[in-house]
Amino acid sequence: MQKPLHWREIIITRLIQASGYSAILFVAAIFLFLMREGLPALGEVKFSDLLAVRWYPIEAYFGILPLITGSLIITIGAMLIAFPLGIATAVYISEIAPRWVREILKPLVELLAGLPSVMLGFLGILVVSPFLRTALDLPTGLSAFAGSLLLGGIAVPTIVSIAEDALDAVPRSYREGAWALGATKWQTIWRVTLPAARSGVLTAIMLGIGRAIGETMAVMMVTGNAPVLAITPGSLFAPARTMTATIAAEMGEVASGSTHYHVLFFIGIVLFMISLAVNIAASSVVFRAKKRAERILS
Amino acid sequence: MNIRWSHLLFVFCFLLSACGADSSSGSTSPALYIENKGSDTIVNLALAWAERYQGEHAEVRISVTGGGSGTGLAALINGTVDIANSSRKIKEEEIADAQANGIQPVEHTIARDAIAVIVNPENPVSELTLQQIADIYSGKINNWREVGGEDRPIVRLSRETNSGTHVYFLETVLRLGSKEDKTLFATNTLLLPSSEGIIAEVRQNPNAIGYDGLGYVPSDVKTIAIAKAEGDPFVLPSAATVDDKTYPIARDLYMYTAGEPIGAIKDYLEWILSPEAQNIVLELGFVPIK
Repeated sequence: MQKPLHWREIIITRLIQASGYSAILFVAAIFLFLMREGLPALGEVKFSDLLAVRWYPIEAYFGILPLITGSLIITIGAMLIAFPLGIATAVYISEIAPRWVREILKPLVELLAGLPSVMLGFLGILVVSPFLRTALDLPTGLSAFAGSLLLGGIAVPTIVSIAEDALDAVPRSYREGAWALGATKWQTIWRVTLPAARSGVLTAIMLGIGRAIGETMAVMMVTGNAPVLAITPGSLFAPARTMTATIAAEMGEVASGSTHYHVLFFIGIVLFMISLAVNIAASSVVFRAKKRAERILS
Repeated sequence: MNIRWSHLLFVFCFLLSACGADSSSGSTSPALYIENKGSDTIVNLALAWAERYQGEHAEVRISVTGGGSGTGLAALINGTVDIANSSRKIKEEEIADAQANGIQPVEHTIARDAIAVIVNPENPVSELTLQQIADIYSGKINNWREVGGEDRPIVRLSRETNSGTHVYFLETVLRLGSKEDKTLFATNTLLLPSSEGIIAEVRQNPNAIGYDGLGYVPSDVKTIAIAKAEGDPFVLPSAATVDDKTYPIARDLYMYTAGEPIGAIKDYLEWILSPEAQNIVLELGFVPIK
């Protein structure tokens, strides 16, 4: 009777092990594929041409700087909106709201996370961009800022959901300790609960950034997709073109193996590197925070 | 025992119905299947044709998808479609790519299309010369005041670069048909992924100027009358002005096949040139060919 159970255990252990390793395998395979398709671009286009400021691929202008700056400015704008809003919502749900409000709010926020981004894009074209044009007196509402607003909206549910879990995981004794010392509710939240949940909150923000920089559809619909170098603060209110929208809009047309095709994959590599950098930065900050916490506790 | 029998009966019925479904679909399913893909300008026309044709020929099934002229021609080169729709002529490189894959693209002119230049109805400008439109899109003219309008910035709207309409507009309007001219769209030209995106923006933004196939222009935006050169009459796009060549931005629309068409594809392409099919062209706002 023991033996078949034992075998089953071994098989299950191996399967779980394999699915654990598969994540590494997939990332490595994707990375290798990106490299294989994207690196030839460096041989076909001069590096200085890649760093030029004009993107017009059908006439062999392959300057990707406007696309990188476009993605960055829209993501930064989105974070400026989503970060305060997301953390404040998480704090409200976890620390302040009465139980019944919380029971309604949390599922609603998570439902928001499931909204297809193409729907938000429609909303952006028909409501947000006309509103921005008249309210801010812009030449057109199809701008980086419209993209930031939508991306902020897309990132908020991610941030709220994860940050709220982190705040919720802070032991009740921390808060009770703070109250016992005479701290107000606000002091407890700002000085005790939030710092204690720091690593979870940071993860939430990083995942929010990841969600924003990788988002394609909504951005393609509302930012106007003009490949303009976006380096001044005013660029936030002008049209911009992101790396993701460029890949999505142009991948369908290119002949596979052409220079344009390789450059699109090269943009994919840049995108991959940026999210890798964001993730490494996040985990190193979290790691350092953990070490410090351990030191204090010991 | 009872349960067993009912189980068996159920399995038997299931098998029977599966077989039945198989054989019946085999006998009535159309034997001829045509895959048709490409230009977003042509897609509505191709759909209307396909619907009418399938109504008359039950044995033929035609699947029509859009995606842009470049997308359709790329699919033809890769051998995944029977007919590629294109609103521009096939490029030399594309012919070379196709030949490398053992495919010889054959061109069929199927209709004509006028490109309408559109603005918001609130915009007082209603006439422009080709040169003025070229200067607007290349970034030399940046305010509506310079072409007789209000003091407003100009917001240029264009289709994405994979659109045949984009390429045609670049060659015919921005470069005025000159091969040496290397003028490009101003970098802050908005590249919108769909015709609908352009119409939606022009409808609500008095600063905007856009262009689109005449068949797609709704009545709530203003179509600009265009003169070939200073002093020439300003002409609005229509079937008549395209036919007598007074409207300057009109082009042929094409279907490409891999090699000379045979069988069902040949019959379909012949039908497209019939008066019945060309009548549909007129109904959808395009211009029929003789």
